Amino acid sequence: MKKTLTLVMALLLTLALVLTGCGGNANGGATPEPVTPTDSGTDPAPVETGDDDVIKVGIFEPLTGANAAGGQMELEGIKVAHSLVGEVLGKKIVLVEMDNKSDDVEAVTAAERLVNSEKVDIVVGSWGSSVCIAAGDTFMNAKVPAIGTSCTNPLVTLDNPYYFRVCYLDDFQGTLLANFAKQEGYKTAAVITDVSDTYAIGLKKYFVDAFGAENIVAEAQFNKGDQDFTAQITSVMAANPEVIFAPSGYAEAGLMMKQAADLGYNILFLGADTWETEVMFEVGGVATENCRFTTFFDADAAPTPESTQFLTAYEAMFGGKPKGAVTALGYDAYMVAIAAIEKAGTTDGEALQKALTELDVTGVTGRCVFDENGDAVKNQAIIKTVQDGGFKYISTVVVD
Amino acid sequence: MALFWQNVANGLTVGSLYALVAIGYTMVYGILRLINFAHGDIFMMAMYFAFFAISIFYIPWYIAIILVLVATMLLGMLIEKTAYAPIRNAPRISLLISSIGVSYLLENLATVLFTGVPRQFPSIGSLQNSLVIGGVTIQQLAIYTPVVMLILVALLLTLINKTKTGMAMRAVSKDFETAKLMGVNINRTISSTFAIGSMLAAVGAIMWGQKYPQIQPYIGVMPGLKCFIAAVIGGIGNIKGAVVGGLLLGMLEIMIVYAQPGLSGYKDAFAFVALILVLLIRPTGLFGEKVTDKV
Amino acid sequence: MEKNKTRFRGIASGLTKNKRRNLLLSMIAIIALTVFLHFTEQGATVGSYEVRVLNLCAVYAVLALSMNLINGFTGQFSLGTAGFMAIGAYTTSLLIMPVSVKAKVFYLEPIVPWLENVHWEGNFGLFGALLVAGLITAVAAFIIGFPVLRLKGDYLAIATLGFSEIIRIVFTNTQSVTNGSTGIKSIPNTANIWWTFGVMAFFVVFMLRLMKTSYGRAFKCIRDDEVAAESMGISLFKHKMLSFVISGFMAGVGGGLMASVLGAITPLLFRFILAYDILLIVVLGGMGSITGSIVGAFLITTAKEWLRWLDAGFNIGPIKVPQIAGLRMVVFSALLMLVILFYRRGLFGNKEFSWDGMFRLIKNAPKRVAAWFKPKPKGGGAK
Repeated sequence: MKKTLTLVMALLLTLALVLTGCGGNANGGATPEPVTPTDSGTDPAPVETGDDDVIKVGIFEPLTGANAAGGQMELEGIKVAHSLVGEVLGKKIVLVEMDNKSDDVEAVTAAERLVNSEKVDIVVGSWGSSVCIAAGDTFMNAKVPAIGTSCTNPLVTLDNPYYFRVCYLDDFQGTLLANFAKQEGYKTAAVITDVSDTYAIGLKKYFVDAFGAENIVAEAQFNKGDQDFTAQITSVMAANPEVIFAPSGYAEAGLMMKQAADLGYNILFLGADTWETEVMFEVGGVATENCRFTTFFDADAAPTPESTQFLTAYEAMFGGKPKGAVTALGYDAYMVAIAAIEKAGTTDGEALQKALTELDVTGVTGRCVFDENGDAVKNQAIIKTVQDGGFKYISTVVVD
Repeated sequence: MALFWQNVANGLTVGSLYALVAIGYTMVYGILRLINFAHGDIFMMAMYFAFFAISIFYIPWYIAIILVLVATMLLGMLIEKTAYAPIRNAPRISLLISSIGVSYLLENLATVLFTGVPRQFPSIGSLQNSLVIGGVTIQQLAIYTPVVMLILVALLLTLINKTKTGMAMRAVSKDFETAKLMGVNINRTISSTFAIGSMLAAVGAIMWGQKYPQIQPYIGVMPGLKCFIAAVIGGIGNIKGAVVGGLLLGMLEIMIVYAQPGLSGYKDAFAFVALILVLLIRPTGLFGEKVTDKV
Repeated sequence: MEKNKTRFRGIASGLTKNKRRNLLLSMIAIIALTVFLHFTEQGATVGSYEVRVLNLCAVYAVLALSMNLINGFTGQFSLGTAGFMAIGAYTTSLLIMPVSVKAKVFYLEPIVPWLENVHWEGNFGLFGALLVAGLITAVAAFIIGFPVLRLKGDYLAIATLGFSEIIRIVFTNTQSVTNGSTGIKSIPNTANIWWTFGVMAFFVVFMLRLMKTSYGRAFKCIRDDEVAAESMGISLFKHKMLSFVISGFMAGVGGGLMASVLGAITPLLFRFILAYDILLIVVLGGMGSITGSIVGAFLITTAKEWLRWLDAGFNIGPIKVPQIAGLRMVVFSALLMLVILFYRRGLFGNKEFSWDGMFRLIKNAPKRVAAWFKPKPKGGGAK
């Protein structure tokens, strides 16, 4: 039994080796032959493609591991965009998917592989900041520009001229939410933060700064993976806040609002762009109707040509509506990448970088111009809530 | 004062869910002396089974529950047959590593099969409604969970103490070889232990999903870890211990945030601190039996 | 030193033919590796992606050695490696980061004053930082070891795992020291391939020597039978503690190296899952084999990368397999399960590589292969 299995395993491994045409070479052998990018699933493209034939867009996303959901949703957006624009400068665009496994160690090797083995021309991704921070230097050293999708941490683009991003920044949203709360006449707030999520602690800082620390009556924290927030809710509610600011992931937000409602509290929850994901109200149910959050994209209220195009193409490819707002960010990041290539007229890294700094395009999530850090300058946001099992537009807030 | 009692109620709700899942852990450990690190992932798979049965195939929930229990049971037996049975006579550390491997495999498999996008756990009956008693809000679920738990404990204790299978299980837990010599069918006994353990995970998963209706491939990790801690605090291998351990851990977590909201970021750390303290003061847990090494 | 010298002089004359051959082969291997590393560092042999993987392999080898010392050689099932790595990684990073970068990275809350102006530059800086990282981690291991080493088996495993998680949660919450969940970036990449392979080589030699001392023998004795070891007068606690502290030191240095290789760290990197990854390396290589840990680290790290083609979609003959994200990890974990189940003792068991062993293997290879195809004797089933 054991020996047969050994044989089978050995055979399988050999087969695998033969199939890929000799792979692993890190054990001292000097064969820098990369594993082929294999777009064989879609068409029988030439195996070894030089820079002249195709343009390669690397997708740097967590497709497995703790953040797989975010990565998979963004990947859908990128694929939709690719189905619309499959060619630039008269060359075919090939997507090279690279899973960073939601893991900082894997992220760096995945990035190295993208830029040095697969030799991609530009990179799109990723969901979550820490993998981008870890991989940033690799992209910079290789002079391959990367367009971040939903990595909101300031450290991503800090000292890195090759990292750009299409999402909001923490300070923009945090300040905006605080202003919104004040405009609505709320005087006191409580904050419940995911302390293990840099997105949440960033938002919290800017919200508290803008709302006034003296108006924050209670604070509580939780850690990623927690599902029970009853203790936090009960303890902050004891201070009688008028509103709870809860920067967190969408699933946690849903659970938190549901638990607050189950405990009999009727209080407004404020959140940010991650919340625009259907899972949020699926998990939280009717309790989530008592929330307001900022977002960048509205499918119903003000249809732009871009958003119509995106939604139609999405429907055709995956059916239904996008599951989360980040899908639109994936779409936009890809479109920005292609626009940059078009503008630069070449795939040279430095030229692309320069093109990106000068770029001015309008995507699904609004106009996109990059500032000197490589962050998207956005000046408006949409406030939404949940109603009757769907997201509902409340107002548009413009910040000057 | 109402605030205090509200926290007590919260603690009991969380605690009884911990206890429910901890029973499964303890049951497998008590008989096989194996810490099944994959228990949390079996729990996760059970949640997915329920999701598919109720939300995708629209099977009425009372039939679906039975299907989920059976499916999880089969999964547990399959895991036992493929991953644990071949190395039953190996050192315990090998089994432990194998269970880590199974956990790894199940998580990755779920990511591919079900995608990482979270799903909503279907709600069953009127468990979601809340009652208000003297200013304290309690979900109906909080009343049903301990009831389900107590029924399960009673059934389990009867099974182990009164039936033939239970006797075989106890024999196996005392001494493998002797049990074999006495004519106990080891394979079948271990299989049924796993079947019951996995079924308990499925019951836990269904109740858990009512309170926290979110499913994703890594959802089992935290409950797995916490309930494991609960089982150890109570004395792993002891069913009553698991119940007490679960309730204690739930209360502890809630009460610390109640007493010191500033420390809520350290909530998970307290579970581990409690674990280590218990291990140091009473290494075999509150209700565990003293085990001495055989020379 | 004296003793070494005399032995060295003896090499020329008193060696058997085999020993002389082995010595020669070892020297050739070392020179070949050095030459390879030299050219790799110059960027002449492989691309920077491969260098990155090689660096990681070496770092994982150090971590695997650390875990193997306590788990494989001393038989104490500890899962605390991730926590120790976190201590080492943060210590190293905070010591070698330039002052100006610190100010930028700690944007939410300024860094505590006593770390603000610390900057250990260059190779000497990294050396000092790694040393300090190792020592601090060793002290942490010493403190943790006092209570937990009284526990055994499963209980020890859980307690160490618990401590590892506590360390991570504390690091998440101490914003002004560790920058909390935001993590640290722009850690100087001082650790090049010389550093990673150098540290690995140092620890390999160290472990080989350690296992030849009375301490090493005591460790193995404790692993094989605690009761017997105690009755022979081996102080269980003292030796377990020694092994635990050395293992902690190595994990700390390994974590520090990893931080410098990666250039950025966050507390979430040091979840207990990381300890599982290293444990799998140790198990694959063989518990109690130094060679095994090294080979395991290289195999697993490269295999994970090599299997990436599975994610991209491929053809098996006429059958087209579409792109399935995550298939790689499924296959990887399935292969690991096969190893765990059917090569329980790992690739090397508790044996070490030797030239003699290799020649024996080559000599016997035809016979072994032939044995595979021979009909099995009936009534086997012996385990």
